[in-house]
Amino acid sequence: MANSMYAIEVEHLTKIYGKGETAVTAIADATFQVKPGELVAILGPSGSGKTTLLTAIGLINEPTHGKVIIADAMVADEGWVSGIDLKRLRREKLGFIFQAHNLIPFLTALENVMIALEINQLSSREAKRRATELLISLNLGHRLNNYPSALSGGEAQRVAIARALANRPKVILADEPTAALDTENGKNVMDLLKKLAVENHSAILVVTHDRRMVEGFDRIFEVLDGRIAS
Amino acid sequence: MNLAIRDIRYHRGRFILTSIGLGLLLGVVMSMGGIYRGLFADALTILNITKADIWVVQQDTNGPFAENSRIPEDIKYRIKAAPGVTEASPLSFQTIQIDRMDKPLRFFLIGFDLNGFGGPPVILAGRNIRQKHYEMVVAKGMKMELGEKIRLGLHEYTVVGITGKVVSSSGDPAAYVGLADAQDIQFKKDNDAIRNDRERIGANLSGMQTLSPAQAKYLKQNIAGITESTHTVNTVVARLAPGANLHEVQERINRWNHFRPISVEEQTTILTKGMIEKARMQLGLFRIILLVISAVIISLIIYTSTLDKIKVIATLKLIGSRNRVIVGMILQQSLLMGIIAYGIGYILILLTYEKFPRRIVLESFDLQLLFAIVMAICMIASLVGIRKALKVEPAEALGG
Repeated sequence: MANSMYAIEVEHLTKIYGKGETAVTAIADATFQVKPGELVAILGPSGSGKTTLLTAIGLINEPTHGKVIIADAMVADEGWVSGIDLKRLRREKLGFIFQAHNLIPFLTALENVMIALEINQLSSREAKRRATELLISLNLGHRLNNYPSALSGGEAQRVAIARALANRPKVILADEPTAALDTENGKNVMDLLKKLAVENHSAILVVTHDRRMVEGFDRIFEVLDGRIAS
Repeated sequence: MNLAIRDIRYHRGRFILTSIGLGLLLGVVMSMGGIYRGLFADALTILNITKADIWVVQQDTNGPFAENSRIPEDIKYRIKAAPGVTEASPLSFQTIQIDRMDKPLRFFLIGFDLNGFGGPPVILAGRNIRQKHYEMVVAKGMKMELGEKIRLGLHEYTVVGITGKVVSSSGDPAAYVGLADAQDIQFKKDNDAIRNDRERIGANLSGMQTLSPAQAKYLKQNIAGITESTHTVNTVVARLAPGANLHEVQERINRWNHFRPISVEEQTTILTKGMIEKARMQLGLFRIILLVISAVIISLIIYTSTLDKIKVIATLKLIGSRNRVIVGMILQQSLLMGIIAYGIGYILILLTYEKFPRRIVLESFDLQLLFAIVMAICMIASLVGIRKALKVEPAEALGG
């Protein structure tokens, strides 16, 4: 496939849960593209289908119809493309940031970032070097050997961001990354994501229900009852 | 990065406590195995230390350990004269329970010919029996002091020596006295019984019209002598000359009637297959039950530990972790728990096995086999957790 100018391409994406009379359409005919370095928000109330959209793009939830192309790789075309290694794609091309930081409680901040690198076959030594650099760049140099339980909410979310960035993914998907933070920390995290989108040239797709947090985003999609409204 | 080790390091308190609990259970399994082997060792102790080739016992009986066997002491001369036999020595056995320092003291009394064999195998303190009467050597398990006196039957006996760990097939410590003393203790009647017997014999003889008073008096004395005789033993043990044919000697003694010559091999079978078989089976069953309980406990621990890590597993899957990383984490934790618990159980038994009332024999083969079984149980038990982990969807990492 020729190099596309988009990091994410979604065409007529539809996700239907159940069959027959009990079928529920969670996402209907979604089409959009996100360029590398672009920061995009998906806004919508609870149950509107925004997380379903994120999981379909994140190679977790198989779309019922439509196409998904991630960093030039066709991953879904009326269902997953046959023979595709979803885990490898998630490892190499995607980074995830969660509502709760989802750090592994028995690993230190440094090890939480290292694990993402080691899963991607990086040597332990190299993983340690890169993870340390990354955490220092996010002002967490003094927290390298702390467990998540000893970190503040904002610090833990920054470690989670470091983990998501560790493999230099083309696409970062964030599911309500500020939901567990106070307003100030939430804004800090969003500012960091804006900065990283530019610096790393990654496409960042953020799902949130909090309109206050998406100021300065390049584009904002609103999802209502499974349909992208704007 | 080893996730299993890191998880254990973080939850070390919980892990150590769980391992200690499991270790105690495995310690019990090990001790059961030790008791199981100890039953064998105990059952064969006297057989082995006697170093006899043939045990001559009462016909149609299974010998002095399995059931009552009484044969005349004098048969030792005939056995000794049999071709192929170099030594023959009479032995007397009985289990005795007395009160000592207001506590019951149960022991196995062995009477042996001071000029024969079958006496104490070793003297750890004091000396062997030198006088024909009223001296005894006791196993150290009886916890008696040199010079201590105890009353057995009609007489007091003085402890003159301490021997090693000699026990009966039921685990009671052994004590040795001279054969004549043992016969007295076992067979001698008290004075009232002797007087009654004499009167009964006299009354029967006086009714016989054909006997003169002098004949009746003579017969009364001799018959009473026979009934009062204690020259009975439970077995006569014999040693064969080098090159002598065991079966030929056995066949010869069989032909005499009234006696049964039992080889060491046969005696071993009687002791192990007959006398302690049920106890062995019982212990074997307990071991199996305890191992099943261990397996269930390990499964539950691994399963609950996996449930605790559902979000971690989902996150690992979401960031692209291979299944073998997750399977490895669960399997390694299960195996580590098994190894540590086994180590704790082993140390526990090493520190305590000598304090058990019955002999514990720890054989390296048994310990290695148990280790292999524990590892197999850990692997099988971890399958429950692994199955659960493999079913976790990466999507479970999303949400609050």
